[in-house]
Amino acid sequence: MTTLAQGEAPAYRSFLDSGGRRGIPAWVLSTDHKRIGILYLASMVSLFLVAMTIGVLMRIEQLTVDHPLFSPAVYNAFFTVHGVIMIFMFVLPGASAVFGNFCLPIMIGARDVAFPRLNLLSWYFFITGAVVVISSLFTGKGPPDTGWTFYVPFSLRTGTNIPLGVFGVFLLGFSSILTGINFVTTVHRMRAPGMSWHRMPLFVWALYATAWVQVLATPIIGITLLLVIAERLFGIGVFDPAKGGDPLLYQHLFWIYSHPAVYVMILPAMGAITEIIPTFAHRTIFGYKAIAYSSVGIAALGSLVWGHHMFTSGMGNAANIMFSLFTFLVAVPSAIKVFNWTATLYKGAIELRPPMVFALTFVFLFSIGGLTGLMQGALNVNAHLHDTYWIVGHFHYVMFGGTGMGFFAALLYWFPKMFGKMYNERWATISWFPIFIGFNMLYGGMLVLGYMGMPRRYFTHLPQFHTGHVIASIGSFILAAGLIMFFANLLVALFNGKKAGQNPWGGVTLEWQTPSPPPLENFEEIPTIRDRPYIFNPEAPK
Amino acid sequence: MSSAPAHPHAVHKDYQGAKLGMWLFLFTEILLFGGLFLLYSAYRAKYPLDFHNGGQHLNTFIGVANTVILLTSSLTVAVAVSAIQKGNKKLAMICLGTTIAFAFMFLVDKYIEWSAEIRHGIYPNGPALAKFPDGEKIFYGLYYCMTGLHGLHVLAGVVVLSVILDFVRREKITSADFTKLENAGLYWHLVDVIWIFLLPLLYLAA
Amino acid sequence: MEHAEEHGHIVPYRTFVKVWLLLLFLTAVLVFVSTAYHEALSVPALLTLTPLKAGLVFFYFMHLKYERPFLKALVFMTLAVLTLFIGLIFLDLSYR
Repeated sequence: MTTLAQGEAPAYRSFLDSGGRRGIPAWVLSTDHKRIGILYLASMVSLFLVAMTIGVLMRIEQLTVDHPLFSPAVYNAFFTVHGVIMIFMFVLPGASAVFGNFCLPIMIGARDVAFPRLNLLSWYFFITGAVVVISSLFTGKGPPDTGWTFYVPFSLRTGTNIPLGVFGVFLLGFSSILTGINFVTTVHRMRAPGMSWHRMPLFVWALYATAWVQVLATPIIGITLLLVIAERLFGIGVFDPAKGGDPLLYQHLFWIYSHPAVYVMILPAMGAITEIIPTFAHRTIFGYKAIAYSSVGIAALGSLVWGHHMFTSGMGNAANIMFSLFTFLVAVPSAIKVFNWTATLYKGAIELRPPMVFALTFVFLFSIGGLTGLMQGALNVNAHLHDTYWIVGHFHYVMFGGTGMGFFAALLYWFPKMFGKMYNERWATISWFPIFIGFNMLYGGMLVLGYMGMPRRYFTHLPQFHTGHVIASIGSFILAAGLIMFFANLLVALFNGKKAGQNPWGGVTLEWQTPSPPPLENFEEIPTIRDRPYIFNPEAPK
Repeated sequence: MSSAPAHPHAVHKDYQGAKLGMWLFLFTEILLFGGLFLLYSAYRAKYPLDFHNGGQHLNTFIGVANTVILLTSSLTVAVAVSAIQKGNKKLAMICLGTTIAFAFMFLVDKYIEWSAEIRHGIYPNGPALAKFPDGEKIFYGLYYCMTGLHGLHVLAGVVVLSVILDFVRREKITSADFTKLENAGLYWHLVDVIWIFLLPLLYLAA
Repeated sequence: MEHAEEHGHIVPYRTFVKVWLLLLFLTAVLVFVSTAYHEALSVPALLTLTPLKAGLVFFYFMHLKYERPFLKALVFMTLAVLTLFIGLIFLDLSYR
């Protein structure tokens, strides 16, 4: 890592070469938002690979129906741990913790977030929570086996190590809350002179809306998980039917958070896509205000739909109908975004570089996920599809095809900025093929299996489902191979990559006006903003 | 905040920003306790008579005494903030010390109260509670959760206010920069507000 | 965007004491109504006096009265969100 970039003024020092510390302390004691973003990246990708491996093991189990490789108890632990790691340690922090941390201050012309030390504390909570959850796999009577949803009464009765696992999730929630507090304050207080709300990049709007959901929704699951622990340790039976409790109230409280949580997952990814598409279409974004406000709209409306996870649980008709109605309504702002992205592409000079390839993949796969979600939102259809593989297919399309692909696109987009190195673009594009093909075999296969009637969370299956499972499992192997190729390419680039320039993609937001990697303080002088973002053709009429 | 500072990563002082951050944290606390209030409303609607009866066994006198204690402690911490703004370090320290003392009294009262109830077997999985109807079991489950979580926040408040008191003593908090004191005060007032709701819901339910 | 912020408004001690006395008085009323009177009066008393007490703490002790409208709006929004959650759950509970 050289200190001088070609053509840069000699005074430039990358943030990677700055600060008084060396080695590990330079990373784990730093309050620099850029280092914290990279800390999140390293920990999250590692955890993703662990959870991915568990997923592959689950797919192998479904191939070995006649002589199952793993017992049902082990399989239950598999899908629980896979879900907990993926959701709470990868998809939820997601683009927000990595690219939000790295890019948000730079994009608004600030030197750091509002509370840099709180930011580091966020990561400490993250890593501690992750360690606590992992330790629950090896202590007590074994890893939690309730599914990542920890439904009562089973989570109150099962012998496995629920209190520790659930406490780890509680700590992870704290990490999310602190990030939310930081980002809301940062956006309000630290924008550069001249950057009004309507001159902010749309990624910032997305992070802002997300941050509010993190602040308001996460405490609800905090208290819910504490109550599960209190029940198991002290016998406080607020959910236990044997003590007069109502298990449905657990589900309400759980989903009051966990549904808005999926918008925490998707909004930052959508924001990243909104940055990438204009850059590679060389056109300004279509409908800036529509995208900005739809982010807020999704966050708001998305807080009113949680009951659609509970249609078959015994809620009353009035509630069922209301939740179904709002579920249909929340699709509107999401669709608005899809139309705007498509309109941005129209008559654009499209360059299919790797970030754009994955961004377009996001739009395609997320749309499938969203449409399948609408189908589930209909009460009568839901009765047939609930707790089947259809649901599993749906949420993987949105969480993986959506947030996952968005995360990968963002990583491909901002990697050169973050590390000052360029990866092999050809290999990045080649890795797309197994990822895309494997993904659709696996999760498209699940959609089909689901409406044929295959239940979820079963360690085995009836013969009529076997072909579907074989296709899905082969798809999972192809997908895994593609993912390994994807990450290996980036890992090689980290050490051997060619030097990246300041603006390899021709982006027009502020981060592309700093060197790659940026200096410690981001800017020599805080810029003054004079115009709206995404202007690619300054001579064209506005 | 214009040109590059002399030393790397200067920590800037943003009073409004710090206050906004503190209020955002208070919102998370409101939602955290809010979940318990939600459960209370749901179960009260389901077991109105049991919730009414549940309150009978609680010590209303201690409940009211604790309310007076917390309200007064809110007064003293608010006065401490005004005192520091006026440069009156001595008054600020006396008020902060009084606040901490009141917080201690609250915790002692809570200890006495809980010990009495536990001695009578009224606790989760306890002998007396086992004989109560379901609704009263839920009532006491919520009682221990809500007052327990609140008590933990009082304890945290004692720690925070003690640190703040020390900052005032060492003049790290002054009339020019008293954000930390004000934010600690905001936290303490929220602890008070939560108790304002707990009193009627738990003790006056009878 | 940043200029020297005045730490501004100082609330007089007298105001705090008056609010405190009002809070004690309201508490006394609440206790009296709950213990001495029939249930019928205690629930309305609870539903009005308690938020009033909380409001006094928010507005005076927590300085909200003197803060910018944006902050007041945020507090209101947070309480509205909580109320909404409770309300929607009752949509389920009331019509099962």
